[in-house]
Amino acid sequence: MASLGKIARRTFLIGSAAIVGGVAFGAYYVTRPAPNPLKPAEGEAALNPFVLIDQQGVTLFAPRAEMGQGVRTTWAALIAEELDVDPDAVRILHGPAATAYYNTALVGDALPGKGYDKSDFMHGVAETLGVFGKVMGMQVTGGSTSMIDGFERMRAAGASARETLKEAAAQRLGVDRQSLRTANGKVMAPDGAEIAYGDLAVAAAALDPIETELRPATEWRLLGKSQPRVDMVGKTTGTAEFGIDVRLDGMKFASVRMSPRHGGMIRFDASQATGMPGVEKVIDLGTGVAVVANNTWIAMQALDAIDVEWDEAPYPPETDQIFAEIASAFDSGPNSTMRDDGDATKTPEGATELRAEYRVPYLAHATMEPMNATALYSGTRLDIWSGNQAPVFTARHCADAVGLEVEAVDVHTTYLGGGFGRRGEVDFAVLAARVAREMPDTPVQVTWSREEDMQHDFYRPAAIGRFRGAVQDGKAVLLDGDIAAQSCSQQVMGRWLGAPAVGPDKITVDGAFNAPYAIPNFRIRGYLAELAVPVGFWRSVGPSVNGFLLDSFVDEMAHAAGRDPLDFRLQMARAEWEPAAACLETVRDMSGWTGKTPDGVGRGVGFTYSFGTPVAQVIEVVDEDGTIRINKAWIACDLGIVLDRSIVEAQMIGGMNYGLSAACYGEITFSDGEVEQLNFPDYDAIRMHTAPVTEVAILENKAYISGAGEPGTPPSMPALGNALFDLTGTRARDLPLNKHFDLLI
Amino acid sequence: MSTQLTINGKSHQVDLPDEVPLLWVLRDEIGLTGTKFGCGVAACGACTVHIDGEAVRSCQVPLSDVWGDVTTIEGLGTPDAMAVIQEAWVEHQVAQCGYCQSGQIMQAAALLAETPNPTDAEIDDAMQGNLCRCGTYPRIRAAIHTAAGKMKES
Ligand code: FES
Ligand code: FES
Repeated sequence: MASLGKIARRTFLIGSAAIVGGVAFGAYYVTRPAPNPLKPAEGEAALNPFVLIDQQGVTLFAPRAEMGQGVRTTWAALIAEELDVDPDAVRILHGPAATAYYNTALVGDALPGKGYDKSDFMHGVAETLGVFGKVMGMQVTGGSTSMIDGFERMRAAGASARETLKEAAAQRLGVDRQSLRTANGKVMAPDGAEIAYGDLAVAAAALDPIETELRPATEWRLLGKSQPRVDMVGKTTGTAEFGIDVRLDGMKFASVRMSPRHGGMIRFDASQATGMPGVEKVIDLGTGVAVVANNTWIAMQALDAIDVEWDEAPYPPETDQIFAEIASAFDSGPNSTMRDDGDATKTPEGATELRAEYRVPYLAHATMEPMNATALYSGTRLDIWSGNQAPVFTARHCADAVGLEVEAVDVHTTYLGGGFGRRGEVDFAVLAARVAREMPDTPVQVTWSREEDMQHDFYRPAAIGRFRGAVQDGKAVLLDGDIAAQSCSQQVMGRWLGAPAVGPDKITVDGAFNAPYAIPNFRIRGYLAELAVPVGFWRSVGPSVNGFLLDSFVDEMAHAAGRDPLDFRLQMARAEWEPAAACLETVRDMSGWTGKTPDGVGRGVGFTYSFGTPVAQVIEVVDEDGTIRINKAWIACDLGIVLDRSIVEAQMIGGMNYGLSAACYGEITFSDGEVEQLNFPDYDAIRMHTAPVTEVAILENKAYISGAGEPGTPPSMPALGNALFDLTGTRARDLPLNKHFDLLI
Repeated sequence: MSTQLTINGKSHQVDLPDEVPLLWVLRDEIGLTGTKFGCGVAACGACTVHIDGEAVRSCQVPLSDVWGDVTTIEGLGTPDAMAVIQEAWVEHQVAQCGYCQSGQIMQAAALLAETPNPTDAEIDDAMQGNLCRCGTYPRIRAAIHTAAGKMKES
């Protein structure tokens, strides 16, 4: 093992191990209480490498869920950059569920602290908590963290593998390692001799892995340039395998019908279903029923023919009662006060005060691929195939559900037909495991209908924001916000770990308390509503709520101050954090913002900071004979370091369209305890003719790398609301906007 | 209840009830999983295939009503021999999660067969039934224009 400390702030070590015919390299954490995962103790099989080299060639592991954000491509490029292999010439696999693949950045981001001002101390604490996260096995893809997590570790793994292979070559050729070069998976000697990595792998396995400096960005061949996505051809030819596409010999097709009230089942009568042609089995799941058949559609038809009586919902049955419950959270003390600059209790003398209440609804994820998983149970083993964002949790919960040890469970992660946070949950895999347990030795694929998917989501929490602001001499002098919602992080942690998170809940106020605005008196308090409505992480999580709440109110403040809304924000951003100001300036220049629009055209600006990334958007709407269409959008974001421009651009536009879909049409409501929206006609989204023409600018002004998967979503909602205000003079203080405006559908 | 189907030029004998939608025949019986299930109610277009060249929602066509030869995404091109439209899709790096893309491509292929050089308005018209939750619309539009250009050349 090479000495520590060669790379500043490094918290991981490189390990290597011999494998049959080759060598494996991995990066694992210094503070890990477990030993080197590449060198397991007797009887353990815990080989979780990132690089594997043998006679077959080079295999890279990207153990993050590929849900369209290009993580496999960029993660592989990080390794390939240092390893000197061509991404086209290597195999890229997801790898097994393994705690060695845990995500430090995700846990680090759960800490209090604004983020953009993170001190070294905070980074230290984040790493400590990162260890905690690993102990709990959080191999989770989410929080726009993959690039933050992989940026150093994967390059270091690649660099170490390269130097160790060179050392093996140096010993074989009797030359100095420094005299050798590497390219295209080969070591090259000054005399022109070449040795393929595969031929050096066995010898390299006998050496201690060599640690080395990482190459500076100026020498990058792959990073910083757009790479062809490794999954692109498969996804263009219908050959990429999603969870729903898994086909195994003798496989049966099943579907489930669970309580639409998220509660219990009183009784059911399946007599109509059992005799239907193709139906093989009806399974009582306690809180619902499953039908196993020879065809998914037949299973779904049979489920519809079952007569079920459901128990009551564990939450108030009507939407307005649920909102009353959320509002009552304001009556108890705040759960958090994460920002408290100046004195927000008083309105400064002579200032103009304004107050407003904002509301946002529950939202479904509505991934394009409905929830599904495939399971094979043999009595002593369980195999699960699914597109998922959390394979380690999936394995553990499925093991519990069928009464096996976690070591007896293998999770095979496929491509995800959309994740957006939904596939970080384990429910769909657990249901498949439970169905499979009733069908020993028979693989069963359990696919949910769209209706089942929409009625059984873990929703983006609804929220209420109450704001008091004051402006004076054209400036903001006070912003005091109270935000009440269910805590999705408490629920998710409870489901993942069996113990809910406690203490101040950052997510409820995320995107509000850490808005990079200088306002002399600025306070944000969070209030938690105790409700059993299932809630979870939805693309951009807290900021998906608070972007709309806070930034819409900021727009109101700008108008109250008699200022141009973009300029008003710019002034506050400049005094707090330059990269935020640069995003606003860029979007102003790109859109040719003048603050004035012709009749029949409206423009709005939105700005948010989320997951480390500041994003400003300008949205333009047009009135076409009374119907309003979103015409254009401009996006400026700052990622610090851009690893792949094409992917970042796609994520920014996709994230914005996801937010606009919610802002225009998205709302989950309850009646008689049941979710009222069943399918896309009740829960529509932006489509080809309603999507704006969009331009994206990607800046690299800030000092650290951050993610792109989520930050495009939050600013789209206020930007659209602000544009509609500009067009019509009507300020919508709740979503979706089609309740207030005649939007094109 | 045996039904004879021609799919991607191959003949298949299917033993399933008449009312089973073509989508589920393709996916669960024939094993052609490129055609996707998204909604089951003609609201998303993920299941789009061609019957005698016409783009249809396979979730809405019962087995007994399949009136002609079926082409699925697998029949359009393969990874080693992609159709021109698929090449345009790769060139523009359209797919994100990719789940909707089989349907998008089949819908766009039918559009181009009828309207070789579509305007943006014609693209809007033809493609608005195909949902993409990842929001890849700008690249889909660009890929359709590129494919139109390439098809004219060849
Ligand atoms: S599955 Fe057929 S249109 Fe959605
Ligand atoms: S690419 Fe994901 S739904 Fe279209």
